[in-house]
Amino acid sequence: MTEFKRPDGRKVNELRKITAKVGVVPNADGSAMFAFGDTVAIAAVYGPKKMHPQHSQNPEKGTLRCTYNMLSFSVNERIRPGPSRRSQEISKITEWALQPVVMIDEYASQVVDVHINILQANASTRCAGINAAAMALAHAGIPMKSLVQSVSIGKLDKQLVTDLIKAEEDWEEGEGPTDIPITLTGDGKISHIQLDGKISPKQLKEAIQLAKESQKQIYDEQVKALKKVGEEQ
Amino acid sequence: MITSDLTAERIREYLSQGKRFDGRKPDEFRELIIETGVSKNAEGSARVKIGKTEVLVGIKMDVATPYADSAGEGNLMVTAEFLPLSSPRLDLGPQPFESLELARVIDRGIRESHFIELDKLCIKEGEKVWNVMIDIYTINDDGNLMDAAGIGAVVALRNAKIPKYDEEKGKVDYHESSGKKVPLRKEIPISITVHKVGDSLIVDPTKEEEDISETRVTMCLADGTVHSLQKGNAKELSIEEFNKVIDLIEKTEKDILNKIESLK
Repeated sequence: MTEFKRPDGRKVNELRKITAKVGVVPNADGSAMFAFGDTVAIAAVYGPKKMHPQHSQNPEKGTLRCTYNMLSFSVNERIRPGPSRRSQEISKITEWALQPVVMIDEYASQVVDVHINILQANASTRCAGINAAAMALAHAGIPMKSLVQSVSIGKLDKQLVTDLIKAEEDWEEGEGPTDIPITLTGDGKISHIQLDGKISPKQLKEAIQLAKESQKQIYDEQVKALKKVGEEQ
Repeated sequence: MITSDLTAERIREYLSQGKRFDGRKPDEFRELIIETGVSKNAEGSARVKIGKTEVLVGIKMDVATPYADSAGEGNLMVTAEFLPLSSPRLDLGPQPFESLELARVIDRGIRESHFIELDKLCIKEGEKVWNVMIDIYTINDDGNLMDAAGIGAVVALRNAKIPKYDEEKGKVDYHESSGKKVPLRKEIPISITVHKVGDSLIVDPTKEEEDISETRVTMCLADGTVHSLQKGNAKELSIEEFNKVIDLIEKTEKDILNKIESLK
């Protein structure tokens, strides 16, 4: 079989260049930037702080609240500013992806707010956002079991690939594109998975293994950036 | 959560022995009743009951301009409304997140499987195409609205007839049918949800079971191929568990498909 050619020349299991930085929003209790190539996400954490509105307070345990937002000019065709159905769903998905590792039960009636913004988009924005959010939470000193790592696995025609770009999301040949964003916790469990496209159950199981293979590389970049902050202080 | 801790504990205890309150096995659906053509003014409609859960799905169509990136294709829109009459937990006012999520998950299953042949719903490229609007309403929520809605959507689509379009007047005549059905592929996309309650994987939860479900996966299959998937809720799943979820959904989907195909 001939080697599968990706539009940007990467190997099938190769991530784009990761850029990760901590402390990008000085006002926040914790913040981070995470980029897969041209897809750039920043996240800022505020809290634990008193939950507003009051009726959203949970007197039993602390609440994690995530908001995902794309800047209007982060894509070719301007996005109308403000929440959309898509962004509301991704916000919730992000919350679910992070909740298993965030230990904020003791902050009853309080909230930890995570604001994620996509500055520039070339696919896999929710994954970059989740990776940035995990780092920002760690930077804020929120107790966590582990970080999480998120990556999109794609299927282009019949070929599985790691870390989709926009040109691949719109794949037109053969069976077309399938997009599978996956988030894994430190102990290798799935805290988030979605899928759009066309794939056999068997290959879906393979896709998860592929996500697992790139987990370490994302983790290393997150930790490297977090350690840098420690050294500067 | 409204189910009491005591009930929750008992449900988990039962499940650990492979039993449920209503006598079902973990992988067993409640009785599924499907009716079609339940609304005279809709282009297509369905009522789906799963046990005490009930949803109504209606298809309406009109003619509109296509989106720029799909100039030769009809448009698909899915909305869901959790009616306050369907549960004591719902109030007037903004819809809960689950309503938005349900509509988006059902939309993706139908869209990604290309069940509706949208290219055949083009009247004039770049100018006029059919809009297909799938509207889902909850009538009674006793758990598993997601699967009820997914079944209702495909059944209502199979029931739908395109109204007559008067090219000269540029108007849809809803009193007259064109006699044509909505062009659909024969492979029917079906969304099935598996929940994890305690350490058990179950299908078709009642409201009580849904309350204490810690995580769920909804997957849409058509002809054995996965077209959409969404994990909902915060509890993580090991890869091994996730693979079991996929197997259980595949098995359940076949049963539901047989039921839908036997309708006529």
